[in-house]
Amino acid sequence: MSVIDVREAVTQAHHEEWARVVASLTRRFGDLDIAEEAAAEAFATAVQRWPADGVPPNPGAWLTITANRKAIDRIRRENRRDDKQNEAQLLYDDDPPEPAGAIDDERLRLIFTCCHPALAMETRVALTLRMVAGLTVPEIARAFLVQETAMGQRITRAKAKIKAARIPYRVPSAEDLPARVSGVLAVLFLVFNEGYLATGPDTDPVRHDLIAEAIRLTRLIRALMPEDGEVAGLLALMLLTEARRTARVSAGGELVTLVEQDRGTWDSALIAEGHRLVRERLAARVAPGRYQILAAISAVHTSARDVRDTDWSQIVALYDQLVRIDPSPIIALNRAIAVAEIDGPEVALAAVDHLEDKLAGYHAYHATRADLLRRLGRSHKSRAAYDKAIELAGNTAEIAALTRRRDQLG
Amino acid sequence: MQYLVSVIDDTAGLATPDEMAAIDVFNDRLKAEGHWVFAGGLGAPSSATVIDNRGEEAIFTDGPFVESKEYLAGFWIMEAADLDVALTLAAEGSKACNRKLEVRPFL
Repeated sequence: MSVIDVREAVTQAHHEEWARVVASLTRRFGDLDIAEEAAAEAFATAVQRWPADGVPPNPGAWLTITANRKAIDRIRRENRRDDKQNEAQLLYDDDPPEPAGAIDDERLRLIFTCCHPALAMETRVALTLRMVAGLTVPEIARAFLVQETAMGQRITRAKAKIKAARIPYRVPSAEDLPARVSGVLAVLFLVFNEGYLATGPDTDPVRHDLIAEAIRLTRLIRALMPEDGEVAGLLALMLLTEARRTARVSAGGELVTLVEQDRGTWDSALIAEGHRLVRERLAARVAPGRYQILAAISAVHTSARDVRDTDWSQIVALYDQLVRIDPSPIIALNRAIAVAEIDGPEVALAAVDHLEDKLAGYHAYHATRADLLRRLGRSHKSRAAYDKAIELAGNTAEIAALTRRRDQLG
Repeated sequence: MQYLVSVIDDTAGLATPDEMAAIDVFNDRLKAEGHWVFAGGLGAPSSATVIDNRGEEAIFTDGPFVESKEYLAGFWIMEAADLDVALTLAAEGSKACNRKLEVRPFL
């Protein structure tokens, strides 16, 4: 086996087995810190040993057993001087790897623990990327433009809090489950959105690494909770958004709006998969949550081969449905954008202007106003709105697109 | 596992009769379900005295050790299997006493 093949086998094992190894060790040793460290050591050992020994027939089992030994070594080292009884227990506790079904549940436990509402949102994101996705601390620090030491401390503090406050390592009870699942999905959506529209002058406008991790984790949760409509909805939304990736940024590095995108470059396989999920949810005949409605809106857009074929009235109807369950001003703003396509920019502008109190600090509010004012021929006001949008926007490709539009005003 | 559940207040007022009644109902439930360890309301921060006897002689200082708008008005000590149980209880306690609560584990 070549060095490259072995390296690929390690990478693949890391993708497929990391969360399983961390989850099963956390359950066995009751300690995320021990689980994380031992899992990392097991993968490091694989990198050293597999090129010489060959890739084991069952990499997951090999990694779990190796990580178990590393964890026991660490506990022995720490207990050497005091409790001999603990050591005796560990010696006998060399049980075989869990059956597959139980391990799946353990990954779910891991996800719910990392996304616990007693942790700050940014901590949940960092912990999920470390423990479940297996990203390294430097990778996570880079992803969120934070110093490595600060990110390391954030994760360390979170693990200490989980242990000290005894945040339970389990799937929440049925009555708490919907709220807790939505907490998990919020974490994944945040990771996805940061990838989709990355903020900051020194980062790529689209962060494929974050998008890929978000989709991978959502697929995992979908596999673990196939009956949950919102999980399916979020996955569909991500796939239908990701399908438009290559069309979203022009060769010149500008963000391209949905209306102007070259639809021939959209990924038809991802669109087909996203549409299948949306149809599955429609067939379930259960009142949809926000991710399912957002996915349905995305499905309407991606069903139109030509932008002129877009069924805007259906999109507005879906936004109306969304406003009823989520009356946030951002939803109202997006609804107004769709309204402009049916009732014209004048009507849409009136609706957008109503949102000024709540959205004056949001770049998309000003960008939408600028666009509507431009279409109404009010160049002077449009220019001022573009200026404000550019000032507030954080994504380099979006700033480039807004700047060009402003400079093209008559 | 025991948790200190602190009552955070930022008003000078004591609990109203309605709040006291709701707290009593909540306390009875804590006792019935085995979560009760101890609870108590505290006098105003201005009634506190700080003692420092790390040096030659004990020094007594009038007033709370930290001046802030929000202060500790009372507390529960609860027995709970894990943080989820403690948080569920604290959510009900917050409703009962009509104040913010802080949940903190004992070591």
